[in-house]
Amino acid sequence: MSILVLADLHEGQLAGATAHVVAAAQAIGGDIDVLVAGDGVQAAAEAAAKLDGVSKVRVADNTVYAHQLAEPIGALLVELADGYTHVLASASTTGKNVLPRLAALKDVSQLSDVLGVESADTFLRPIYAGNAIATVKSDDTLKVITIRTTGFDAVGSSGSATIEAVDVVVENSQSSFVKEELAKSDRPELGGAKVVISGGRGMGNGDNFKLLDGIADKLGAAIGASRAAVDAGFVPNDMQVGQTGKIVAPDLYIAVGISGAIQHLAGMKDSKVIVAINKDDEAPIFQVADYGLVGDLFEILPELESKL
Amino acid sequence: MKVLVAVKRVIDYNVKIRVKADHSDVDLTNVKMAMNPFCEIAVEEAVRLKEKGVATEVIAVSVGPKAAQEQLRTALALGADRAIHIETDERAESLAVAKLLAKVVEEEQPGLVVLGKQAIDTDNNQTGQMLAALTGLPQGTFASEVAVDGDKVNVTREIDGGLQTIALTLPAIVTTDLRLNEPRYAKLPDIMKAKKKPLDVKTPADYGVEVASKVSLLKVESPAERKGGVKVASVDELIDKLKNEAKVL
Repeated sequence: MSILVLADLHEGQLAGATAHVVAAAQAIGGDIDVLVAGDGVQAAAEAAAKLDGVSKVRVADNTVYAHQLAEPIGALLVELADGYTHVLASASTTGKNVLPRLAALKDVSQLSDVLGVESADTFLRPIYAGNAIATVKSDDTLKVITIRTTGFDAVGSSGSATIEAVDVVVENSQSSFVKEELAKSDRPELGGAKVVISGGRGMGNGDNFKLLDGIADKLGAAIGASRAAVDAGFVPNDMQVGQTGKIVAPDLYIAVGISGAIQHLAGMKDSKVIVAINKDDEAPIFQVADYGLVGDLFEILPELESKL
Repeated sequence: MKVLVAVKRVIDYNVKIRVKADHSDVDLTNVKMAMNPFCEIAVEEAVRLKEKGVATEVIAVSVGPKAAQEQLRTALALGADRAIHIETDERAESLAVAKLLAKVVEEEQPGLVVLGKQAIDTDNNQTGQMLAALTGLPQGTFASEVAVDGDKVNVTREIDGGLQTIALTLPAIVTTDLRLNEPRYAKLPDIMKAKKKPLDVKTPADYGVEVASKVSLLKVESPAERKGGVKVASVDELIDKLKNEAKVL
């Protein structure tokens, strides 16, 4: 078996997701290469070379690969995929954007959001927003797979893989980058944070989300939100946790003023410990919470912050 | 220009699903079915493009069983001009659907194809990207804004951590995210009128496409149920439990 992992980049640096995808590759078994494609990505390549279990890092460093546009990265993967039995990427917006192109051009299916490996050809993946788990077997000669990172613990970074430049340069005249508006934050990224504190409609307005800041600072937590809070315009959509937002599985998830709609639970129910703070003691969130605290969040949050 | 919009018949998003007793699949007998919510957004976007005078004709297409014609009629009631139903009772996966749509694109030559980013049953999030690859057209996935400007389209995409805007040459493929628009409801007179709009029925064989896939579904199970825990009486008790029982602080 020979596996190619497409590295995830965040502002040119190696994103945490890649260490989880390499762990999934280890569960499949075989030689693991990592492809780092972008513009000015030597540092990311060096970080990828340290991931445990990686034999070789292949670096495609060219302006055509800037911003991970689907057309050039897809074409690059098509050029490089021969000789591999599996091509993996995280189920990030980049992996989801690019990998189906490779699958289609190689005339194979893609398995999306894989969260468990049974064998080199049989995998577990969520369907119906995680309300059912399917076991699927692929008889395609090339298996193209996106990985749900919460399903695999990240590998360590004490490795020393070789780094090799890829000189394949593809043409792209169809798509071009215009602009990017990324939320700036000193907090950990939602997808990879050990602790997540999320607010829902119960927060009342966007300003009140500041009540979560102090707690997040003390716990080193990322801040999330329910779809209801996003739809109400309290916070931007990239903070959304749920079926239609980010899927998270931190060690500790604190849901504040969130009722617990199925769509929210789909995004956080695999967290190790769930705490719910809500004034309605009938709220469905309490059915999944390990620890529930019924009360007024506007009194509880300041008290929690001062006592942590 | 023509706009082609793909729709899928899926379980209604309000229905709580049940896994069959023999674990062969999810039980869909006597379950309410509807148009996939992301496809509703795609139809809405196509119809708005027509209302703005950008699109001249909106064509809805669906691959699926005979009953999928209900969802095509819904698309027609929402403002699509005509529909193409590619009828199959086989489990048509993303790749097969993308191949069929590619044939329709070849035939109809639309300026823009709009699809939902994913269907809420199989949650694959693949068909639009595969269609783009097969047709050789550029793609703008997870769109929260679509602005056609001459022979280009600017697509603002919902990406991890924020928004990205890209410019694509037309024709192009766009897949919709939730915040692109709020779909309208079909009005009764429009539902009546939709019954008279043209709906062509085809089969995968008409397009020379094999629907069978090399992926087999071995088993479907319910996820592990999470049990509710305890209620604590105070912030102090909560902190104590998190420190000494759960050991996460």
